[in-house]
Amino acid sequence: MPQISRGFHGRRSEASSDRLPPGQHLVDDFPVLSAGPTPHTPLAEWTFTIEGGAEPASWTWEEFQALPSEEITTDIHCVTKWSKLDTAWRGVSLDTLLALVEHDADYLLAFCDGGYTTNLPLEHVTDGKAWIAYDYDGEPLEPEHGGPARMLVPHLYFWKSAKWIRGFRLQDEDEPGFWESNGYHILGDPWLEQRYWGD
Amino acid sequence: MAEERRLDGNAIGGVMIELFGVEMTTVPGSCGNCGAHEQMAETDVYLDAPGIVVRCRHCQNVLIRIVRGNGRTWLDLSGLSSLELPL
Ligand SMILES: [Zn+2]
Repeated sequence: MPQISRGFHGRRSEASSDRLPPGQHLVDDFPVLSAGPTPHTPLAEWTFTIEGGAEPASWTWEEFQALPSEEITTDIHCVTKWSKLDTAWRGVSLDTLLALVEHDADYLLAFCDGGYTTNLPLEHVTDGKAWIAYDYDGEPLEPEHGGPARMLVPHLYFWKSAKWIRGFRLQDEDEPGFWESNGYHILGDPWLEQRYWGD
Repeated sequence: MAEERRLDGNAIGGVMIELFGVEMTTVPGSCGNCGAHEQMAETDVYLDAPGIVVRCRHCQNVLIRIVRGNGRTWLDLSGLSSLELPL
Protein backbone atom coordinates (compact mmCIF):
# COMPACT_ATOMS: atom_id res chain seq x y z
CA MET A 1 0.00 0.00 0.00
CA PRO A 2 2.51 2.64 -1.12
CA GLN A 3 -0.15 5.35 -1.27
CA ILE A 4 -1.12 4.88 2.33
CA SER A 5 2.53 4.85 3.27
CA ARG A 6 3.17 8.14 1.42
CA GLY A 7 0.16 9.71 3.01
CA PHE A 8 1.32 8.65 6.42
CA HIS A 9 4.78 10.13 5.98
CA GLY A 10 3.33 13.34 4.61
CA ARG A 11 1.03 13.78 7.58
CA ARG A 12 3.78 12.94 9.96
CA SER A 13 6.33 15.45 8.73
CA GLU A 14 3.66 18.14 8.63
CA ALA A 15 2.58 17.29 12.14
CA SER A 16 6.09 16.92 13.51
CA SER A 17 7.07 20.54 12.93
CA ASP A 18 4.54 21.81 15.47
CA ARG A 19 5.11 18.84 17.76
CA LEU A 20 8.84 19.52 18.15
CA PRO A 21 9.80 21.87 21.03
CA PRO A 22 12.55 24.47 20.39
CA GLY A 23 16.09 23.08 20.06
CA GLN A 24 14.93 19.45 19.66
CA HIS A 25 15.44 16.99 16.77
CA LEU A 26 13.48 13.82 15.94
CA VAL A 27 14.81 10.30 16.44
CA ASP A 28 13.31 6.97 15.41
CA ASP A 29 15.27 4.81 17.86
CA PHE A 30 14.94 5.01 21.63
CA PRO A 31 18.26 6.24 23.12
CA VAL A 32 19.18 4.89 26.56
CA LEU A 33 20.54 7.34 29.14
CA SER A 34 21.91 6.01 32.41
CA ALA A 35 23.43 7.66 35.46
CA GLY A 36 24.39 4.30 36.96
CA PRO A 37 24.12 0.53 36.69
CA THR A 38 20.77 -0.92 35.60
CA PRO A 39 18.94 -2.42 38.61
CA HIS A 40 17.24 -5.79 38.19
CA THR A 41 14.72 -5.94 41.03
CA PRO A 42 12.72 -9.22 40.95
CA LEU A 43 8.98 -8.61 40.62
CA ALA A 44 8.40 -10.67 43.80
CA GLU A 45 10.41 -8.04 45.72
CA TRP A 46 9.03 -4.99 43.90
CA THR A 47 6.65 -2.66 45.72
CA PHE A 48 5.28 0.79 44.94
CA THR A 49 4.96 3.10 47.94
CA ILE A 50 3.42 6.52 48.47
CA GLU A 51 4.77 8.23 51.59
CA GLY A 52 3.68 11.48 53.18
CA GLY A 53 -0.10 10.91 53.12
CA ALA A 54 -2.36 10.46 56.13
CA GLU A 55 -1.33 6.79 56.00
CA PRO A 56 1.44 5.17 53.94
CA ALA A 57 0.16 3.27 50.89
CA SER A 58 1.99 0.38 49.29
CA TRP A 59 1.28 -2.12 46.51
CA THR A 60 2.98 -5.34 45.53
CA TRP A 61 3.60 -5.95 41.80
CA GLU A 62 0.43 -8.09 41.60
CA GLU A 63 -1.65 -5.50 43.44
CA PHE A 64 -0.27 -2.74 41.22
CA GLN A 65 -1.15 -4.70 38.07
CA ALA A 66 -4.73 -5.02 39.38
CA LEU A 67 -5.16 -1.21 39.50
CA PRO A 68 -7.03 0.34 36.55
CA SER A 69 -4.53 1.09 33.78
CA GLU A 70 -4.60 3.26 30.67
CA GLU A 71 -3.01 3.17 27.24
CA ILE A 72 -1.05 6.31 26.46
CA THR A 73 0.32 7.38 23.07
CA THR A 74 2.48 10.45 23.43
CA ASP A 75 5.56 12.37 22.27
CA ILE A 76 8.60 12.43 24.55
CA HIS A 77 11.39 15.04 24.75
CA CYS A 78 14.83 14.44 26.26
CA VAL A 79 16.89 17.39 27.53
CA THR A 80 19.83 16.00 25.48
CA LYS A 81 17.78 17.31 22.52
CA TRP A 82 16.14 14.23 21.01
CA SER A 83 12.37 13.87 20.72
CA LYS A 84 10.41 10.76 19.80
CA LEU A 85 6.84 10.90 18.48
CA ASP A 86 3.89 8.59 19.19
CA THR A 87 5.46 6.39 21.84
CA ALA A 88 2.96 3.82 23.19
CA TRP A 89 2.72 2.94 26.89
CA ARG A 90 0.45 1.28 29.41
CA GLY A 91 0.40 2.36 33.03
CA VAL A 92 -1.52 3.57 36.05
CA SER A 93 -2.49 7.23 36.13
CA LEU A 94 -1.25 9.29 39.08
CA ASP A 95 -4.87 10.48 39.35
CA THR A 96 -5.81 6.88 40.19
CA LEU A 97 -3.02 6.53 42.76
CA LEU A 98 -3.50 9.91 44.43
CA ALA A 99 -7.26 9.31 44.78
CA LEU A 100 -6.38 6.41 47.10
CA VAL A 101 -4.27 8.57 49.44
CA GLU A 102 -5.52 11.28 51.78
CA HIS A 103 -3.13 14.24 51.65
CA ASP A 104 -2.82 18.01 51.25
CA ALA A 105 0.63 18.12 49.61
CA ASP A 106 1.63 20.32 46.67
CA TYR A 107 4.73 18.41 45.47
CA LEU A 108 6.19 14.95 45.20
CA LEU A 109 9.72 13.57 45.22
CA ALA A 110 9.96 10.31 43.24
CA PHE A 111 12.44 7.67 44.44
CA CYS A 112 13.90 4.79 42.47
CA ASP A 113 16.05 1.68 42.61
CA GLY A 114 19.64 2.87 42.18
CA GLY A 115 19.04 6.02 44.23
CA TYR A 116 17.72 8.41 41.54
CA THR A 117 15.21 11.07 42.59
CA THR A 118 13.21 13.74 40.77
CA ASN A 119 10.76 16.38 42.00
CA LEU A 120 7.41 17.37 40.51
CA PRO A 121 4.59 19.78 41.44
CA LEU A 122 1.33 17.84 41.84
CA GLU A 123 -0.41 20.20 39.40
CA HIS A 124 1.96 18.81 36.74
CA VAL A 125 1.16 15.15 37.44
CA THR A 126 -2.63 15.29 37.89
CA ASP A 127 -5.54 15.66 35.42
CA GLY A 128 -4.19 13.04 33.02
CA LYS A 129 -0.59 14.30 32.84
CA ALA A 130 1.42 11.48 34.45
CA TRP A 131 1.50 7.70 34.82
CA ILE A 132 3.51 4.87 36.34
CA ALA A 133 4.18 2.96 33.11
CA TYR A 134 5.06 -0.74 32.95
CA ASP A 135 4.45 -1.62 29.26
CA TYR A 136 6.12 -0.07 26.23
CA ASP A 137 4.97 -0.86 22.68
CA GLY A 138 2.80 -3.71 23.97
CA GLU A 139 5.62 -5.45 25.85
CA PRO A 140 6.79 -5.34 29.46
CA LEU A 141 9.09 -2.34 29.87
CA GLU A 142 12.73 -3.46 29.50
CA PRO A 143 15.17 -2.77 32.36
CA GLU A 144 17.35 -0.47 30.25
CA HIS A 145 14.29 1.72 29.57
CA GLY A 146 13.30 1.77 33.24
CA GLY A 147 11.44 -1.51 33.75
CA PRO A 148 9.75 -2.98 35.58
CA ALA A 149 8.12 0.45 35.96
CA ARG A 150 9.00 4.09 35.31
CA MET A 151 7.36 7.45 35.73
CA LEU A 152 5.88 8.91 32.54
CA VAL A 153 5.41 12.71 32.51
CA PRO A 154 5.61 13.37 28.78
CA HIS A 155 4.92 17.13 28.85
CA LEU A 156 8.18 17.73 30.77
CA TYR A 157 11.77 16.84 29.80
CA PHE A 158 12.23 13.10 30.07
CA TRP A 159 14.64 13.17 33.06
CA LYS A 160 11.42 13.75 35.09
CA SER A 161 10.12 10.37 33.84
CA ALA A 162 12.23 8.52 36.40
CA LYS A 163 13.35 5.01 35.49
CA TRP A 164 13.05 2.12 38.00
CA ILE A 165 10.57 4.08 40.12
CA ARG A 166 9.59 2.52 43.47
CA GLY A 167 7.37 5.27 44.83
CA PHE A 168 7.17 8.90 45.80
CA ARG A 169 6.96 11.06 48.89
CA LEU A 170 4.24 13.72 49.08
CA GLN A 171 5.67 17.02 50.30
CA ASP A 172 4.71 20.61 51.08
CA GLU A 173 7.86 21.97 49.39
CA ASP A 174 9.53 21.45 46.02
CA GLU A 175 12.73 19.59 46.98
CA PRO A 176 15.21 19.41 44.07
CA GLY A 177 16.01 15.86 42.91
CA PHE A 178 19.17 14.27 41.47
CA TRP A 179 19.63 16.56 38.45
CA GLU A 180 17.57 19.51 39.69
CA SER A 181 20.02 19.98 42.59
CA ASN A 182 23.04 20.33 40.25
CA GLY A 183 22.23 22.57 37.31
CA TYR A 184 19.06 21.25 35.70
CA HIS A 185 15.85 23.26 35.82
CA ILE A 186 13.48 22.76 38.75
CA LEU A 187 10.47 22.16 36.39
CA GLY A 188 11.82 21.37 32.90
CA ASP A 189 9.13 22.46 30.42
CA PRO A 190 10.50 21.65 26.91
CA TRP A 191 8.22 24.18 25.22
CA LEU A 192 9.81 26.94 27.36
CA GLU A 193 13.28 25.34 26.93
CA GLN A 194 13.75 25.13 30.69
CA ARG A 195 16.95 23.07 30.56
CA TYR A 196 19.26 24.65 33.17
CA TRP A 197 19.09 26.82 36.27
CA GLY A 198 18.10 30.32 35.18
CA ASP A 199 16.47 29.25 31.88
CA MET B 1 23.45 -2.89 28.83
CA ALA B 2 24.78 -1.28 32.00
CA GLU B 3 28.26 -2.80 31.69
CA GLU B 4 28.70 -1.34 28.20
CA ARG B 5 27.71 2.12 29.43
CA ARG B 6 30.11 2.04 32.36
CA LEU B 7 33.50 3.63 31.69
CA ASP B 8 36.39 4.35 34.05
CA GLY B 9 37.79 7.65 35.30
CA ASN B 10 40.14 8.00 32.32
CA ALA B 11 37.05 8.88 30.25
CA ILE B 12 36.77 12.27 31.96
CA GLY B 13 40.49 13.09 32.20
CA GLY B 14 40.10 15.96 29.73
CA VAL B 15 37.07 17.47 31.46
CA MET B 16 38.83 17.25 34.84
CA ILE B 17 41.92 19.06 33.51
CA GLU B 18 39.62 21.85 32.26
CA LEU B 19 37.93 22.13 35.66
CA PHE B 20 40.89 21.62 38.04
CA GLY B 21 43.85 22.66 35.89
CA VAL B 22 45.82 19.51 36.76
CA GLU B 23 45.93 15.89 35.65
CA MET B 24 43.27 14.27 37.85
CA THR B 25 43.22 10.60 36.84
CA THR B 26 46.09 9.79 39.22
CA VAL B 27 44.69 11.93 42.05
CA PRO B 28 43.49 9.84 45.01
CA GLY B 29 40.05 10.51 46.45
CA SER B 30 38.07 9.05 49.34
CA CYS B 31 34.45 7.89 49.07
CA GLY B 32 32.22 9.73 51.51
CA ASN B 33 30.07 6.65 51.91
CA CYS B 34 32.35 3.60 52.26
CA GLY B 35 35.73 5.29 52.75
CA ALA B 36 37.40 3.54 49.80
CA HIS B 37 40.55 5.39 48.71
CA GLU B 38 41.23 5.15 44.96
CA GLN B 39 42.80 7.13 42.16
CA MET B 40 40.18 8.95 40.07
CA ALA B 41 40.99 6.61 37.16
CA GLU B 42 39.64 3.74 39.30
CA THR B 43 36.07 5.02 39.40
CA ASP B 44 32.96 4.09 37.40
CA VAL B 45 31.89 6.83 35.00
CA TYR B 46 28.55 7.23 33.17
CA LEU B 47 28.70 9.76 30.36
CA ASP B 48 25.42 9.27 28.50
CA ALA B 49 23.15 10.65 31.22
CA PRO B 50 22.04 14.33 31.09
CA GLY B 51 25.30 14.97 32.94
CA ILE B 52 28.49 13.11 33.92
CA VAL B 53 28.16 10.80 36.92
CA VAL B 54 31.22 9.39 38.71
CA ARG B 55 30.57 6.53 41.13
CA CYS B 56 32.62 4.66 43.72
CA ARG B 57 33.66 1.31 42.28
CA HIS B 58 33.15 -0.35 45.69
CA CYS B 59 29.74 0.91 46.84
CA GLN B 60 28.26 2.75 43.78
CA ASN B 61 27.97 5.96 45.81
CA VAL B 62 27.84 9.05 43.54
CA LEU B 63 31.18 10.80 44.06
CA ILE B 64 30.96 13.57 41.45
CA ARG B 65 28.24 15.06 39.24
CA ILE B 66 29.11 17.41 36.40
CA VAL B 67 26.51 19.29 34.35
CA ARG B 68 27.62 21.61 31.56
CA GLY B 69 25.33 23.92 29.62
CA ASN B 70 24.67 27.53 28.62
CA GLY B 71 28.32 28.42 29.17
CA ARG B 72 28.41 27.14 32.74
CA THR B 73 29.55 24.05 34.64
CA TRP B 74 27.85 22.75 37.76
CA LEU B 75 30.17 20.58 39.83
CA ASP B 76 29.00 18.52 42.81
CA LEU B 77 31.78 16.86 44.81
CA SER B 78 29.64 16.13 47.88
CA GLY B 79 30.06 12.35 47.57
CA LEU B 80 33.82 12.64 48.14
CA SER B 81 35.24 13.08 51.63
CA SER B 82 38.65 14.15 50.28
CA LEU B 83 40.74 14.76 47.17
CA GLU B 84 44.53 14.69 47.37
CA LEU B 85 45.67 17.30 44.80
CA PRO B 86 49.33 17.89 43.91
CA LEU B 87 50.86 21.19 45.09
ZN1 LIG C 1 32.24 3.88 48.26
